[in-house]
Amino acid sequence: MRQLRRSMLFVPGNNPGMIRDAHIYGSDSIMFDLEDSVAVTEKDAARALVYQALMSLRYGKKELVVRINDLSSGLGIEDLEAIVRAKPNVIRLPKTETAQDIIDCEREIARIEADAGIEVGSTGMMAAIESAKGVLNAYQIACSSKRLIGIALGAEDYVTDLKTTRSDGTELFFARNVILNAARAAGIDAIDTVYSDVNNEEGFLREVELIKKLGFDGKSVINPRQIAPLHKAFMPSEKDLTKARAIMQAIAEANKRGSGVASLNGKMIDKPVVIRAERLLELYDAANIIPIEEV
Amino acid sequence: MDKSIIDSIPHISEINAQHGAFNGVLPQQTQTFQDRMLTKNKILPSIREAIIRTGLKDGMTISFHHHFRNGDYIINLVMDEIAKMGIKGLTIAASSLNEVHAPLIKHIQNGVVKHIETSGMRGELAEQISRGLMEFPVVFRSHGGRAAAIESGEVKIDVAFLGAPSCDPYGNANGYSREQDNATSCGSLGYAKLDALYARQTVILTDHIVRFPNAPFAISEANVNYVVRVDAIGDAQGIMSGSTRFTKNPKELLIAKTAADVIEASGYFYDGFSMQMGSGGASLATARFLREKMERDNIRCRFALGGITGQIVEMHEEGLIDRILDVQSFDLIAAESLKNNRFHQQIDASYYASIINGGAAVNQLDFVVLSALEIDVNFNINVLTGSDGVIRGAIGGHPDTADGASISIIVAPLTRGRIPTIVKKVNTIVTPGAIVDVVVTDQGIAVNPLRPEIKDRLLSAGLPVFDIETLQRRAERIVGVPEDICYTDKIVGVVMYRDNTVIDVIRQVEE
Repeated sequence: MRQLRRSMLFVPGNNPGMIRDAHIYGSDSIMFDLEDSVAVTEKDAARALVYQALMSLRYGKKELVVRINDLSSGLGIEDLEAIVRAKPNVIRLPKTETAQDIIDCEREIARIEADAGIEVGSTGMMAAIESAKGVLNAYQIACSSKRLIGIALGAEDYVTDLKTTRSDGTELFFARNVILNAARAAGIDAIDTVYSDVNNEEGFLREVELIKKLGFDGKSVINPRQIAPLHKAFMPSEKDLTKARAIMQAIAEANKRGSGVASLNGKMIDKPVVIRAERLLELYDAANIIPIEEV
Repeated sequence: MDKSIIDSIPHISEINAQHGAFNGVLPQQTQTFQDRMLTKNKILPSIREAIIRTGLKDGMTISFHHHFRNGDYIINLVMDEIAKMGIKGLTIAASSLNEVHAPLIKHIQNGVVKHIETSGMRGELAEQISRGLMEFPVVFRSHGGRAAAIESGEVKIDVAFLGAPSCDPYGNANGYSREQDNATSCGSLGYAKLDALYARQTVILTDHIVRFPNAPFAISEANVNYVVRVDAIGDAQGIMSGSTRFTKNPKELLIAKTAADVIEASGYFYDGFSMQMGSGGASLATARFLREKMERDNIRCRFALGGITGQIVEMHEEGLIDRILDVQSFDLIAAESLKNNRFHQQIDASYYASIINGGAAVNQLDFVVLSALEIDVNFNINVLTGSDGVIRGAIGGHPDTADGASISIIVAPLTRGRIPTIVKKVNTIVTPGAIVDVVVTDQGIAVNPLRPEIKDRLLSAGLPVFDIETLQRRAERIVGVPEDICYTDKIVGVVMYRDNTVIDVIRQVEE
């Protein structure tokens, strides 16, 4: 089954209560943060806490991501030394500006994996792009490592770099498209930035509609209350489902006849249409599994 | 009238005419009614005067209500006066006690108070009692159990001292004022009503004397002996908040949403159902999620019972709830509604939950959503003692509603901080597992094996149902096993079930 990444829940690495309960809200991924949500004086504590949580708590089948500090800060290496040994699914590198940033980080991960007796290459990576330079290098970044499962936009730093502020999304339009295209060209996922006004559900949903239209796989969320509306927005409608099922049936019948092209209600069904229908059904199936897990 | 005529009346020996023949009238009153109200009434100048007039003596039982919650001034005012008068060895039968009642400690120490009956207690008083302050154990009764004990005479109230936000000179009292919009307000006087009815004597203490008749009234003058005006009956902030805050806590919301899903799938969600939502963020939030389902399916609630909040009032005003039965109002919106909505009915504690009262409203409940401090693998519930063994809660209507309702649903987080909520054995049994049907936590649902049909329905609806032992082990794995609490042999509290049989005891915690 495909790994859904509609929602990636941010959990501050120094908040034991939130770390303990992070899996109960139904997000597709959980991202434990050692970076911006943790004060400098709390970095050691957060690192130790997240390490212990990964080693001792059970989160079921959730994808577990840890956002480390960037390597240039000096903290990033210490984060990797601890966290890689706890075997999260993915290490998320913040403030990625060049492919070299990823290559440097990957080298350290590989060294620690080997040192800890973990299969080298088993730790996934994800890059957050948060600057103009990073956006312009997005494709090189996306192609820089086999470990990469996706790239994400970090909007707060990005708009500051652009000398603007967040508003209706116009300011992010270019970056979103570049990142999305880079991800698709590299064959990995594209994850959108957080929406920080947690009490504005309407504004949140407008942004979700936008990024869904653009083609993003999902979005980072900072409050569990954002998960249900986000998943609802990503859920295919009954109409789309019916249509997708009809398309799959029509193409199956055409294939039996030895043809790769079918017709449905007077419209031609060719490969891209079939791929879209397949993806939609796959998303529906993945989203419909209610995990009743013994965690 | 000639006496011989009276003697000649057929069946005169069977007619109750012991007062004999008409003997003329007293001089007719000529004052205006307004003037009369000022000169001939039940108003006494002070609490002391009221205590003297009631003839309160050593060893008697006095009662108080808890509608002023943690804003109450009445108990401390009255007890200070009683102490000054040198009366000793009293039993306090309060509907409940709160943190604000810590001054009772000194009255216990100096012998003014010998015994306490209450639904619960918190704060310093509860701490001290848990540490062995009283020789005579505190008796904890549910709201329904207390009502039944008063009705049966098991608890005999000599004098009830009842605070009321408005009262007329003859004792017609209310939990709000119709004369003044910004008066102190507590809404329903449900617990006080029963005390006034059964106490040998009743004193109303009010900060707001209004003109006769203070109608419609909660307490009738027929049940009131004296009225005393005091400067303040309580602190408005402590009595109730403007509106019960709708929780934004994502965990409480998750639990509430799951509880609403449980109700929907349980078989008790139908047009014309009845419900009660207990206090606590998650149980109150359940109403919000239920409302969406009611609107979606065009389902109405026939009545909502209990502690009433603004949310229930909103649903009533939207036409989703036909009737409100209100024994206790939780916020100002509820109090306002009691005053203004004609289908929002004030009820007394017996009508609410007494086991003696066959028609008690709890017996008409389809479901109740309640919270808990601890739940054990036998579904027993503790709402009275904390994880340190110290008293820090109140029974309230927990066992009454759990027993009365066709399905009782307990909502609680699996753990609170480092304390497990689901445990192998609760510290104190308040509500027995036999009447607890479903436990909803943030990490899954457990259904009492006594209700297999409900378990099947929830599973069919795709809800995450586990054995309660699984949830207990999960809690244990996250937070570990707490150290055992050390108790002495001394019994400091007796917990009564709603039929006033002893269901558990609370022992003194060891230092």
